[in-house]
Amino acid sequence: MTEAAQPLMRHTVEMTAPPDPSLLHLLWPKYLTARARSLSGERGRGARFAILGFFGFLFWSFIFGVLYRLLLYFRGVAEIGPLLAGKLLGLILIGFFSILLLSNVITALSSFFLAKDLDLLVSGPVDWLKLYGAKLLETIVNSSWMVALMAVPMFTAYGVVYDGGWWFPLIALGVFLPLLIIPGVIGSVATLVLVNVFPARRTRDILSVIAVLAAGGIVLLFRIVRPERLARPEGFRSLVDFVAVLRTPTSPMLPSEWASEAIMSWLQFRLDYLPFYLLWSTAAVAVVGGALMHRWLYVKGFSKAQESGERWARSGAMHRMSMTLLRPLGILKRELVLKEVRLFFRDSTQWSQLILLAVLIVVYVFNIKYLPLRGEGITFFLVNVVPFLNLVLAGFVLASIAARFIFPGVSLEGRTLWLLRSSPMSMGDLLWAKFWVGTLPLLILAVGIVGVTNYMLTVTAFMFAVSVFSIVMMTFAVAGLAIGFGTLFPQFETENAAQIPTSFGGLLFMMSAIVVIAGVVILEARPVYSYLSARSYGGQPDPVEMILGFGLALLLCVTATIVPIRIALRRLENLER
Amino acid sequence: MIKLTQLTKKYGSFTAVAGIDLEVPKGELFGFLGPNGAGKTTSLRMIAGILQPTSGRVEIGGIDVAVDPVSAKMKLGFIPDRPFIYEKLTGAEFLRFVAGLFDQEGERVEHRARELLALFDLEEWRDELVESYSHGMRQKLIISSAFVHRPEVIVVDEPMIGLDPKAARILKDLFREYTHRGHTIMMSTHTLEVAETLCDRIAIIQAGKIRACGTMEELRKHATAGQTGLEEIFLKLTGENAARELVDVLDA
Repeated sequence: MTEAAQPLMRHTVEMTAPPDPSLLHLLWPKYLTARARSLSGERGRGARFAILGFFGFLFWSFIFGVLYRLLLYFRGVAEIGPLLAGKLLGLILIGFFSILLLSNVITALSSFFLAKDLDLLVSGPVDWLKLYGAKLLETIVNSSWMVALMAVPMFTAYGVVYDGGWWFPLIALGVFLPLLIIPGVIGSVATLVLVNVFPARRTRDILSVIAVLAAGGIVLLFRIVRPERLARPEGFRSLVDFVAVLRTPTSPMLPSEWASEAIMSWLQFRLDYLPFYLLWSTAAVAVVGGALMHRWLYVKGFSKAQESGERWARSGAMHRMSMTLLRPLGILKRELVLKEVRLFFRDSTQWSQLILLAVLIVVYVFNIKYLPLRGEGITFFLVNVVPFLNLVLAGFVLASIAARFIFPGVSLEGRTLWLLRSSPMSMGDLLWAKFWVGTLPLLILAVGIVGVTNYMLTVTAFMFAVSVFSIVMMTFAVAGLAIGFGTLFPQFETENAAQIPTSFGGLLFMMSAIVVIAGVVILEARPVYSYLSARSYGGQPDPVEMILGFGLALLLCVTATIVPIRIALRRLENLER
Repeated sequence: MIKLTQLTKKYGSFTAVAGIDLEVPKGELFGFLGPNGAGKTTSLRMIAGILQPTSGRVEIGGIDVAVDPVSAKMKLGFIPDRPFIYEKLTGAEFLRFVAGLFDQEGERVEHRARELLALFDLEEWRDELVESYSHGMRQKLIISSAFVHRPEVIVVDEPMIGLDPKAARILKDLFREYTHRGHTIMMSTHTLEVAETLCDRIAIIQAGKIRACGTMEELRKHATAGQTGLEEIFLKLTGENAARELVDVLDA
C-alpha cells in the first residue's frame, strides 16, 4: 500500500440512513441544462431567439386570426352555432390527443430506456417511484411542448369570442393538463410492455414504423372522411340530420371529448363538473396504474434494453449491382454514395419517413382529383392556371421532403466527422455525395407528382412543359438550400434524426425555400398569363416577356442552388470538431 | 516524417497548445505523454487535419497540411480516442469504405481487411452491424481501419482504451513491427508502461508546452531522477502535488 493511500484507510465510514433523493433533485439537472443552454454566450443566440420569437408570434397570430373569424361566424349562427364551435373544438382536441399518443410512445422509449443518464440513475439509490415520476414528467414535457404551444392561440380564440372571463385560462389549463398526462402514461406503459417483449433497439424500429403508419393512417382517414362536408350543409338530406351529426360526440369515452365538453360548458355558462371529474380521475388512475406497471416490469425491461438486436447485413447481388452501376463515379464517390444509401435504408427512423411521404403524395393527388374543374363556367384559362398554382403546393411538398431527408445530411455526420476530415477526401466530395443522393430521388418524385397531376388536369403541352421545367429548377434550388442551411446550422449532438428538421436552421430553410418557390411562381406569372391570354383571346404572347420571366426564374433557382452550397463548403472546411 | 513548427492553438483567451516544435523521423514510434487537459488530443487532431492551428505549421512527409491537405492526409492514418463510427455499416463495409476514402479497392483491400479482422478476432463479426459491437470491438475496428490503407504515418490518441489484454498485446506488436518496416507512429497515452516499453522517444507535454523530449535516458537526465521509471519522471516533470492534495480533500 502506498504512503498516499494509508491515511485513507484510517477513516471509517459512519453508518447513516439510506439516501433518498427527491423528485425535484432528479429533475434538477434538466433545469440546469435548460438554463445553461439559454444563457450560453453562443454567438448569434440572441438574434436567433428574436427571429424565432417573431415567427412564433406570427404563427400564433395566424392560428388565432383564423379561429377568431370562424368562431365569430359560428357565434352569429343561431341554435347550431355553439354546436359547430364545440364540434370544431372536439376535432382539434382529438387531433391533438392522437398526436400526443404517438409522440409519447416514441419519446417514452428514449426517456425510460435509452437516455444517457439512466445508467447513473438506475445504479444509484433512487426510489423506483421517484424515478418513474421524473421520467414520466420528462416524457410528457418533451413530447407535448409543441402541442401545448399550438393550443395557446386556439384556447385564446375560444376565450375571446365566447367571453370566457378571467378564470378561463385556469379552466383551460385545468382541462388541458390531464389531456397531456393521460397519453403520457399510456405511451410509457405501451413502451414498457413492448420493451419486455422485444429488445429496446428493435422496439425503436417497430415503434418508428407503427408511429409513421398510424400518422399516415390518421391523415388519410381524415382526408377520406372529408370534413369539409360539414361546412356544406346542403350535402345532408335535412337540417335534422345535420344537427344530429353535430350533437353526437365523436366518442363519449375519449378524454378529448370530455375536454371539449368541459370547455364549452364553461363558455356557455352551464358549467358541467362531470367532464372535469372524468378527466382528472382518469389521469390519476392512469398515473397510479402506470406506476404499478412500472414497478412490476421496469427492472426486467431496462435490463433487456441493454441488449442490442442481432442484425446481419449480407452484401450479395444488390451490392454487386450497385458496384457496377456506380463504377463510373470513381472509388471515393462510389463509396460515399453507397454509404449514404446503406445508412438510410438500415435506419428505420429514416426510411419509415418514406411511408409518411407516400401518404402525403396520395393525399396531394387525391386533393387534385376532387378539384371541381369540369363542367359549365370552367374556362380554358382557369383549367390551365390551376396547374401553375399547383407548382406552389408541389414546391411546398418538395421543401418538406428536403427538410426531412437532405437538410439533416451534414448533422448526421457529426460523430464521424473525425474520419472524413482526417482522410484525403475534400469536403466538396462529401457535399457532392449528400447533394446528389438527396436530389436525384427528389427530382424523380417531383417530376412524377407534377406529371401525374398535370395529366389528371389535362393541361396544354405548353403548361406541361412550364410545370416540368419549373419543378426541376425548384428541386435543385430546394436541395441546394437544404444542404446550405443544414451545414450552417448543424445539429451534431442530436440522437434522433427526425428532430433535426424542427430546429431553428430547419425553420430558416423552410422559409427560404418558400421564398424561392414563391419567387419562381411570381416571375413566371407574367409570361404564363401572356401565353394563356393569347390562347384564350387570340394574338401572340410577347417573346420578351417570356424570355425575361423564365430567364429570371432560372437565374433565381441557379443562384439558390449554387450560393448556399458554396457557403456550406466554406463552412465545412473551417468546421472544427 | 512529422514536423511541427511553432504549433499553436487558442480557444478565445485560452491557449490549448503553445508553440510546439517537434520532429518525428521515419521509422520512429513516438510517445506523447501529459496530464489530462495538457493539449495532447488537440495537438494530434491538428496533425490529423481535423483542427486548424491558430498559428504554426504541421508537415507530414514534407507536405504542409494547411497548404495541401489532401496529399498530406494520403500519407496518414488516424485513430481517435472515442470510437464513433457508422453504426449501420458492417465491420467489413466500414473497412471497405475507409479504404475507398484513400482511393483503394479490390482484392488487395479485401485481403487486408480479412487479415486485420482476423488479427483482432473480429472475423466472425465482419457481417454484423457495428451497432452490435462492444466498445472494445469498435476500438479494434477503428485500429484496423487505420491500417487497412497502409499509411506511412499513423497518429493515434489513447490506443489502449477499451482493449482486452490480448488485443493490447497484439497492438503493441503491430506498432513495433510497423515502425520496423519504416513507417512512423505517433501516439498519446496515459499508460506509462506502454510508453516506456514501446516508444523510441517520448515528449512530455503540460499546459500546452513540451516540458521534455527524448529517449528514456535523456528524460532521466532532464529530470535528474536517477535510475527511476517513467512514472516518477512524469510526476517530477509535471508536478507531484496531486497525491498530497487528494489526501487533504478526503480528510476535509
